[in-house]
Amino acid sequence: MSGWELFLFSFLNLRVIAEYLPSIAAGFLLTVQLAALIIASGLALGLLLAVLRSLGSLVLSFAIVLFVDLFRAIPPLVLIVLLYFGLPNLGFAPSGFVCTWVVLALVLAAFAEEIVWAGILSVPRGQWEAARSTGLGFFATLRCVVLPQALRLAIAPLTNRTIAITKGTALGSVVAVSEILAQASAGVSFSSNPSPLTLGALAYLVLFAPMVLLARRIERRFAWRR
Amino acid sequence: MELFVSSFLNVEVVWAARALLLQGFANTMLLIAIAVPLGLAGGLLLALLSLTPVRIARLLLAVWVDLFRALPPLVLLVFVYGGLPFAGLELGPLGSVAVAFLLNSSAYYAEILRAGIDSVPRGQWEAARSSGLSALDTLGWVVLPQAVRNVLPDLVSNTLEVVKLTSIASVVAMPELLYQARQAQSVTYNASPLVAAALIYLLLLWPLVRLLSRLEHRLPSRM
Repeated sequence: MSGWELFLFSFLNLRVIAEYLPSIAAGFLLTVQLAALIIASGLALGLLLAVLRSLGSLVLSFAIVLFVDLFRAIPPLVLIVLLYFGLPNLGFAPSGFVCTWVVLALVLAAFAEEIVWAGILSVPRGQWEAARSTGLGFFATLRCVVLPQALRLAIAPLTNRTIAITKGTALGSVVAVSEILAQASAGVSFSSNPSPLTLGALAYLVLFAPMVLLARRIERRFAWRR
Repeated sequence: MELFVSSFLNVEVVWAARALLLQGFANTMLLIAIAVPLGLAGGLLLALLSLTPVRIARLLLAVWVDLFRALPPLVLLVFVYGGLPFAGLELGPLGSVAVAFLLNSSAYYAEILRAGIDSVPRGQWEAARSSGLSALDTLGWVVLPQAVRNVLPDLVSNTLEVVKLTSIASVVAMPELLYQARQAQSVTYNASPLVAAALIYLLLLWPLVRLLSRLEHRLPSRM
């Protein structure tokens, strides 16, 4: 076999790819579900925490900062492994899927809180005062005046961060979540051919390349308006 | 509560695993010392290349950068470690980590540095060149210092991510902190070494997180 043929045989072996296409497609669906759960719960929790922080309670703010710092400083894989292998000691064994979801959602929430909070801080104090003095309540001010401006600033960094954290679904392969990477790795060891990995990488590109392109667009669009 | 303390905060177990954990910490530091400079150098190179006036070259570079931003780093690492040997390229754990991190983090650093260079007004280039500085001197003494200052929070933030990301090297049997903690955990069937590893990461990175929080909150000023 020539070098090129050997390359095709190893990395783009159609017979092997056809064989493992169904399992990688199943992994793809699981990855999409996991990603959707992480994004929805992580962003919602992050927004909620930023709103709680704007209440101005010292104790609450301190607790939120502590939470954020913790989840920004510790690698998500360490936390996933800790939950998955540690919790059974307490007689409670969540699946790898649940561990990955919970950890990545909390990490996303921590980053989202920081970004939204920075957005809220950037809205001039006078806007709060003007809105309150026209008779709007605290939450009405937040919802109708402050958050729309804060979120506009937050959207570009938030998109980038969401993509970066959602890519962490691949970490689930370490704790027996049969997402794309786990399926592809299993395919490689069964077939002794790395083509399933090529297919797995392509599956991730199908999932994330549109998101990266979208993030670029959002970045360009909101950069002007600052 | 007692069960929690004995299985998560067991000092005796951590003490017994100290040699493993220390060695893991040393290897993690080694990985950081390799991954961060490699990523920065690769990113700077990509950012400088994308200054070219050739449109097609800029497009290709953007595709390259987006490709590695879209691919999860763990997938890249597993591909380099488990896939390339089939092509006769056996890099071993450390080599695989170096290559995967170079490809992944240089893409992120490139985006940040390019944004930084874009933020330096064109007139700075022209003024520096017309005062007799060469192109390279202009870049090194005039443009890059301002560019780096303008995107400093993003650079620090990305470095933090790269440092945390070194934990994925455990997947390819590189005996770094997480790998060693996991070894100790599976021998003792006690999660305390993993908690210890998490605490070590926290101690190492908390100052960086605090610094970053300050840099970030100072910046978004509305014009």
